[in-house]
Amino acid sequence: MSIELKNVSHVYMPKTPFERLALDDITLTIPEGVITAIAGHTGSGKSTLIQHFNGLLKPAAGSVLVDGVDISRKSNEAKTARRKVGIVFQYPEYQLFEETVAKDIAFGPTNMGCSEEETLERVKKAMEFVDLDYDKYGKRSPFQLSGGQKRRAAIAGILALKPKYLVLDEPTAGLDPKGRESLMDKFRKLHKAQGTTIVLISHNMDNIASYADNVIILNRGKVTLEAPPAEAFSKTEVIRQAGLELPEVKSIMNELAANGLAIENDAFTMDKAVQEITEALRRAGKC
Amino acid sequence: MSFIECIDLTHIYNAGMENEYLAVENVNIKINEGEFVAILGTNGSGKSTLAKHFNGLLLPTSGKCIVDGMDTTDESHTYDIRKQIGMVFQNPDNQIIAAIVEDDIGFGPENIGLDPHEIRRNVTAALRAVDMEEFRSFSPHHLSGGQKQRVAIAGALAMNTRCLVLDEPTAMLDPRGRHEVMDTVSRLNKERGITTIYITHFMEEAALADRIFVMDQKHLVADGTPREIFKDIGSMKKRGLAVPMAAEMAYRLQQKGVKITESIINTEDLVKALCQ
Repeated sequence: MSIELKNVSHVYMPKTPFERLALDDITLTIPEGVITAIAGHTGSGKSTLIQHFNGLLKPAAGSVLVDGVDISRKSNEAKTARRKVGIVFQYPEYQLFEETVAKDIAFGPTNMGCSEEETLERVKKAMEFVDLDYDKYGKRSPFQLSGGQKRRAAIAGILALKPKYLVLDEPTAGLDPKGRESLMDKFRKLHKAQGTTIVLISHNMDNIASYADNVIILNRGKVTLEAPPAEAFSKTEVIRQAGLELPEVKSIMNELAANGLAIENDAFTMDKAVQEITEALRRAGKC
Repeated sequence: MSFIECIDLTHIYNAGMENEYLAVENVNIKINEGEFVAILGTNGSGKSTLAKHFNGLLLPTSGKCIVDGMDTTDESHTYDIRKQIGMVFQNPDNQIIAAIVEDDIGFGPENIGLDPHEIRRNVTAALRAVDMEEFRSFSPHHLSGGQKQRVAIAGALAMNTRCLVLDEPTAMLDPRGRHEVMDTVSRLNKERGITTIYITHFMEEAALADRIFVMDQKHLVADGTPREIFKDIGSMKKRGLAVPMAAEMAYRLQQKGVKITESIINTEDLVKALCQ
């Protein structure tokens, strides 16, 4: 099963002088069980795109299917399908609003009609998952948490909905290096342990290189590339045209190769790159 | 004499109240005129609190912050200090106030009562300095993130600012926007000698500075050139920070027995060390 977009177009402020085509005939598939990255520069249509995944926006043309169900319908089936998709927006901590952390996280499940017991269970699990101790932080105001803790509390609010598809819009923006790594590792853990399908929206190509199985590049409302990372990162021109960059590791490797180091040059993660360089140096008798 | 000097600077939020919070403790720094300084530190280490002292947005709970010889706690200097130190924050949408780019840039100069001809001259010069002349009559909402940050920088330049304090100006930007801002900032520093204080979580950006300050748990724990700071990968990681990708790669190669004796902080260094 999957999230499928078929010839989706979206127009902001149609029939006004400000009319703008944000998505232009997009057809793509987010396969279940893998991590898909969507990259594109500011204004390329990323955020507009993900708001179609659970019906926050309706396409001007085309259709969106979640596990085969057209989510624009007005049926219970479509409602259930929309609820399979959880979206964590950019800077989700700005959306915290309740008196306590636990109440904030409980808002979603309660709204979905979960029993009190079930809700509490979900809140505890979600908090545990993001490393916020329920006894210590559950009764605190979300506004007294640090920036990183607020981010995690807000993410827990989505996790408590147990989405089958978890969409993350720039989840690590503004976090320090350690915070970035530990948050991304948590998502990977969730993906591994529960098979949650993850859609990662990011500008950070190194992040994409380390985590994604599948890369989609958007440029001016169109999909210009849909491929596994190795293939995607070999298409330097398409990436540049989309206003993006190669992962830093890949561009270092390209420089090394261009300057005569005999590497295979298909690495885009640090571990693989170090291995390739060591092997090349060994072959040349330099180490 | 240094341009900015902090002497035993300590800042406590809500001092004396139940929820008081020590954010910065006993920081001593000197920043010279024309220097490009990067400040690194994890979330909550005190970077932003420290930076807000440089133009008197925050006043020290104890200790002093001296800007161009003026004590920030002396209210009679507040305007003179703020004229010299321009701030640019993370979210470009929170700091643009006018409906047209040139009005936004002219807001500061107008506010300090400059003559209209001078305001116009300053606005034009500032737009030129950040390479945004063609957007003069645009609405800021139609600009990209990088362009908005350059408008914010121009707003400071139009006040004839001598120093820019930028607090994670590229955190919300895409790669192109990051380059635009970084290029603009380093060009202004080199060509116009504008003292630059740049807070960031991106190690590659910090590597371009003359000097790096590292903050850890409210204290200033290191002060040195990028080469000195990034040499010590172990303590950077221990502090929840990182080093530029090329430095990390060199370190991992050394662990595998590759002989690299030079200090590596960028791709160029690594190419030199490995390809000869």
